[in-house]
Amino acid sequence: MSIQELSSEQKVELITCVIDGFEVTVPKGTLVIRAAEKLGIQIPRFCDHPLLEPAGACRQCLVDIEINGRAFPKPQASCTIPVENGMIVKTQLTSAVADKAQKGVMELLLINHPLDCPVCDKGGECPLQNQAMSNGRGESRFEGAKRTFEKPVAISSQVLLDRERCVLCARCTRFSEQIAGDPFITLNERGALQQVGIYEDEPFNSYYSGNTVQICPVGALTGTSYRFRARPFDLVSTESACEHCASGCAMRTDVRRGKTLRRLAGEDPSVNEEWNCDKGRWAFKYEVAKNRITTPLIRDSNGQLREASWPEALAVAAAGLKEARAGVLVGGRATVEDAYGYSKFARVTLGSNNIDFRARVQTQEELDFLTSTPSTAAYSDIDKADHVLLINFEPEDESPIVFLRIYKQVHKRSIKVTSIAALSSRGSEKLNANLIKSAAGNEVAAINSITGLTNKSVVLVGERAAETVGALSAVANLIQKTGAKLGWIPRRAGEVGAITAGALPNLLPGKRPITDAAARVDLSTAWSVDSLPTAQGMDTQEMINSDLQALVIGGVDPMDISADAKVKLSKKFIVSLEIRQSDITEIASVVFPVAAVVEKSGSFMDWQGKVRKFEAAVEQSLNRSDVRILSILADEIGKPINLPTVKSARAELESLGAWDGASPSMKSVAGTEVKSLSNDEAILTSWRNLLDKGSLQDGEENLAGTARASVAVISKFRANNLGVRESDLVRVSNSYGAVTLPCVIGDIDDSSIWLPRNSINSQLIRNLGVVGNSVVKVAKA
Amino acid sequence: MAYTNEQIAVMDSIIARYPRKRSAIMPLLHFVQSIEGYVTNEGIELIGQKLELATAEVTAVSTFYTQYKSKPVGDYHVGICTNTLCAVMGGDAIFDAVKEHLRIENDGVTPDGKVSLEHIECNAACDYAPVVMVNWEFYDNQTVQSTKDLVDSARAGNPIPPTRGPKTLRTWKQNSAVLAGISDGLANEGVQAGEPTLLGLKKAKGGA
Amino acid sequence: MSKLTPVLSANWDQADSFTIEGYKRSGGYTAVGKALAMKPDEVIQMVKDSGLRGRGGAGFPTGNKWGFIPQGDNKEHYFVVNADESEPGTCKDTPLMMANPHVLIEGVIIGSYAIRANYAFIYIRGEVTHVVRRVQQAIADAYKAGLLGKNILGKGFDLELVLHVGAGAYICGEETALLDSLEGFRGQPRLRPPFPAIAGLYAKPTVVNNVESVASVPAIINNGVAWFTAMGTEKSKGFTLYSLSGHVNNPGQFEAPLGITLRQLLEISGGIRSGHKLKFWTPGGSSTPIFTDAHLDVPLDYEGVSAAGSMLGTKALQIFDETTCVVRAVLRWTEFYKHESCGKCTPCREGTWWLVQVLKDLEAGKGSAADLDKLLDLCDNIMGRSFCALADGAASPIISSLQYFRQEYLDHLSAGSCPFDPAAATLFESAGVR
Repeated sequence: MSIQELSSEQKVELITCVIDGFEVTVPKGTLVIRAAEKLGIQIPRFCDHPLLEPAGACRQCLVDIEINGRAFPKPQASCTIPVENGMIVKTQLTSAVADKAQKGVMELLLINHPLDCPVCDKGGECPLQNQAMSNGRGESRFEGAKRTFEKPVAISSQVLLDRERCVLCARCTRFSEQIAGDPFITLNERGALQQVGIYEDEPFNSYYSGNTVQICPVGALTGTSYRFRARPFDLVSTESACEHCASGCAMRTDVRRGKTLRRLAGEDPSVNEEWNCDKGRWAFKYEVAKNRITTPLIRDSNGQLREASWPEALAVAAAGLKEARAGVLVGGRATVEDAYGYSKFARVTLGSNNIDFRARVQTQEELDFLTSTPSTAAYSDIDKADHVLLINFEPEDESPIVFLRIYKQVHKRSIKVTSIAALSSRGSEKLNANLIKSAAGNEVAAINSITGLTNKSVVLVGERAAETVGALSAVANLIQKTGAKLGWIPRRAGEVGAITAGALPNLLPGKRPITDAAARVDLSTAWSVDSLPTAQGMDTQEMINSDLQALVIGGVDPMDISADAKVKLSKKFIVSLEIRQSDITEIASVVFPVAAVVEKSGSFMDWQGKVRKFEAAVEQSLNRSDVRILSILADEIGKPINLPTVKSARAELESLGAWDGASPSMKSVAGTEVKSLSNDEAILTSWRNLLDKGSLQDGEENLAGTARASVAVISKFRANNLGVRESDLVRVSNSYGAVTLPCVIGDIDDSSIWLPRNSINSQLIRNLGVVGNSVVKVAKA
Repeated sequence: MAYTNEQIAVMDSIIARYPRKRSAIMPLLHFVQSIEGYVTNEGIELIGQKLELATAEVTAVSTFYTQYKSKPVGDYHVGICTNTLCAVMGGDAIFDAVKEHLRIENDGVTPDGKVSLEHIECNAACDYAPVVMVNWEFYDNQTVQSTKDLVDSARAGNPIPPTRGPKTLRTWKQNSAVLAGISDGLANEGVQAGEPTLLGLKKAKGGA
Repeated sequence: MSKLTPVLSANWDQADSFTIEGYKRSGGYTAVGKALAMKPDEVIQMVKDSGLRGRGGAGFPTGNKWGFIPQGDNKEHYFVVNADESEPGTCKDTPLMMANPHVLIEGVIIGSYAIRANYAFIYIRGEVTHVVRRVQQAIADAYKAGLLGKNILGKGFDLELVLHVGAGAYICGEETALLDSLEGFRGQPRLRPPFPAIAGLYAKPTVVNNVESVASVPAIINNGVAWFTAMGTEKSKGFTLYSLSGHVNNPGQFEAPLGITLRQLLEISGGIRSGHKLKFWTPGGSSTPIFTDAHLDVPLDYEGVSAAGSMLGTKALQIFDETTCVVRAVLRWTEFYKHESCGKCTPCREGTWWLVQVLKDLEAGKGSAADLDKLLDLCDNIMGRSFCALADGAASPIISSLQYFRQEYLDHLSAGSCPFDPAAATLFESAGVR
């Protein structure tokens, strides 16, 4: 157990030892190398990593140790030995033996290391280079032939391996096994020929592979997209936050001359520790896509979009919105500040509660759930959990860092994990999860059957729970009954913040209920307006279906909502705030270009409710967060929202604070009857694979190369019925359309079929008009 | 090639020997060699499936141990000890002579696929030096000529029997099955011990 | 005249010594009954009292090892026999298992009973097919005879014994590497602590003992502590197998009390190869610093050899006469360590790789006297710096050969080549290399 993990409830036993003559007191179990860090003494190391189990392999961190007067006969690896009372440690600074041992090891590490630093991606930020300078010999005594290998080897489409640079510290292989649970890279061969490798037919397609590139202490593992692109000292680094999902990763964005060249996992022990997923790391090319919108656009009298000046576009937009019955659709990419801007714009400028951030299946039950049942869980609760219950939630695909955190406890403590889902996924198998098999739409009975939860249990619910009538009611009941911690984990980064910002038809900012007069007074005072609309607004689907004349839309893909959304929206006056051209652009009357995350400042709120602030990494004139444009537009309309900057939006939202009055209680909804099926029918279930056709992943082919193949998962029973074998094609159809994919015979409910929701050859709204909880026909293709 | 149901059943019985199935990986690799002669991709994938391991985890193990071969060896795999003691006592000379005789290099296989050659490390028979192993059977006190005769007899399909081992030399695949833990019923064949093994006892009993 | 004490080897001259009938005829499987009638702790105490020390090289007291296993911990315990005999020069366990596998099995039953293990393994190296056959058959016959399996000899003790066959890796003789290998991983050593007695096989308390150590137990049970301690020296009790090989007239296995000298063994066996004289030898395999003719009278027990600057190791006495080039011998051993390095840690993986290159040059007469100092400094950077003892073993022959034969290294350099004729060292030298 490392220091961070010692829970605050436990009484921590402290140990005092002496390192290089200085006393240091640290918690019991602290390794010598880390106790030394506390004193500012840097012992060189390669294999050591605080989040990996000690290996003691590189031997670079050798120090002299004595305990109560008894000296170890030889230097010890300080990365493997916990401190003890009475221990006296002498590092390279005070022990000639340790110093010689370290120099000796460094010399041995370098004999087979190529002198290609000038062309190596790692050069300039390389632990081997740095420590060879600080702790190595000036001159090599090696006169022989260096080991060479064929190079580079693509161990996946996104990771390249140069074996001759490898120092065999096993950080990458230990990460893959201990942290990600994906042992697709291993140490192969032995002795001087030992090398990292994959099995020839199974590439390193782990969702977390990029972390191995980041923790490689040499240039042996490099990212295909970044290889030979930059020198570290030419990059400007900015601390950032990830815009992809609600896991909330701290990030670092590295920019050279206005261009993002790479993104790395940032450090935050309370969130992502030091890891992120490959989507977060590598999916950022969308910001330089060819279809990036760079100027305002307006639709001319011929129905054609043309470039326009800002004043002209603002005037046209204002005219269209001014007297209209209007609403706001805001997608999951919005920052908290932007969502707040949309929220205030709807209420103050449009005079309506017609606002919804849910560009997906959404229900009144969900709205009630989000209003009444607060999420209380955090990553730290997973660390201490006795049981993690997953409901309509596939963390590896839908919130990958949540997955890592659960996996960590499964790996360390073998904690119990239960998944209510139609099938066993690769993720749930890695978590060794007990599967309560439930066809989509039928989860309520499973949720009601859960027993044995305690206040140390954590219930994690995905946004897909809204797709089952009664599921969220059953969750609310379960939480109330057991006192377990709840985490509602939407898929996208903007959603939790959008709730706080009041981007919902029944909530004002700070989660103030629209129906509460005191809450409205709070807001109208703060906003200096006479009154606020009192009626609950329309949700996303209602707005689309309604006779509203105009909509302001930011970051919404109609194909995420329903098949006919685009056609219905095309009848309205649409003001679009968007990064790139999209289906909305095609039907919009006015289009405003907005900044991508790396170009602006702002914050997201992760699933724990923790604010993830970031500053602009790319300095450029296009830096326009949505909120800024909305504020100008509101001025143009004559009903200002006074949020000229991100900073002002943040300050205003913070000053509003959270609602301290009563929240409405959950209006429980009962589950529905189980659908009856004929032999050739199945209940469709789906989710989005982490790597799929999501628009923020556009343009990164190397990343796409590691996506999971599109397959249809059916049970053995169904396979026998259909007379199909693994990888035979099956056709899934309904009155809307069809999808044909190779099948995988898996551990899935017999009545169900699983398809990826938005992958190659399987974009369900496009192809079937539905995403799940719906009866489809299944046949051998 | 596809594994037969009988072969799969043998694999299951090997797995059943152990409290935890991953332990069966080594005998299963020997077993794959007994069927296919070397560690094939099919074998790796099958073992991965059986033990619920990633294929990379299986190759990590198979490439660590020198007895697992990544390409075919001969029906008679000849190992000549060239560790110090055997090398000095004649192993080096034997190895050089046999390479020349067979016209193959270390790790080579004769074109007819009958004999392959490898220089090996100490095989725990130093009192019988120089030692040659064929399919991991002992050929004690070898000379250049005796080893040439040995490989010739193997190529002719009528190998000279081991010094301490069964009456007839079995093939690489057959012996791999023994290493996988499958009895061939030949334990009773051959001597219980060679002369050097018995020398101390003989001397203790007052022998010359 | 004989100082020899055949115990383990006593029945090896019986043609059926390896069968259960043969073993029983010579008194086999009588100790197990006695042991199972004792309390497990009494068995451990008896082995402790005998002073039996590990015969695999390290010499750790066997009874103490057994005593470290926590009792009443409600965990499975495992008893594992290290039969991965691979140390160059070592050739005692292999003929023992070929000639009498049952004495090992009897020892396994007794040891497992003592440490309350119900599952035992014999990890045998994979390059000895016929020995594998013999042990396989012996285990099968022991099951048939009710000596393994459920309710052994009706005493209520259950034991499963599995023969696990290795696949070519010297490092698996290191006990934690052996355990990783047995668990189905690459055979690389583990961090210690935890020691196997606390977290060994499958992270459960485990004893790992050498073949000869385990096989010595039945005789101790049968004949008693006093019988055993009457043999050997003060701290090195009992008998052991000495393996004589190389340039001697009669190589072979000699079972004698600990403390016998090489001079005595040579006298008994028939001396150095006729017409030649002793140049250097290993007392306990290639990992133990070499000795010369100055060490003929060193008592071959744990303390005696240690005091003379080497280690008793596996008692593998490899004898080399004056025809042998010490640089060539050391190079070849170094190549062995390079080949067998598991690759886990830097000093061993890279160090052995470099040492081979340096020694190859030296053997070919390339280099200068300064290279000898560099070689020693390299050894200093490798020895005691690596994860396990393999690299220490690699450095030992180099350091000790430079200690005794530095001039011979220099002679290579001044000659510009190796001054020895390799043919002169071969056994068939008189017949010529055909």
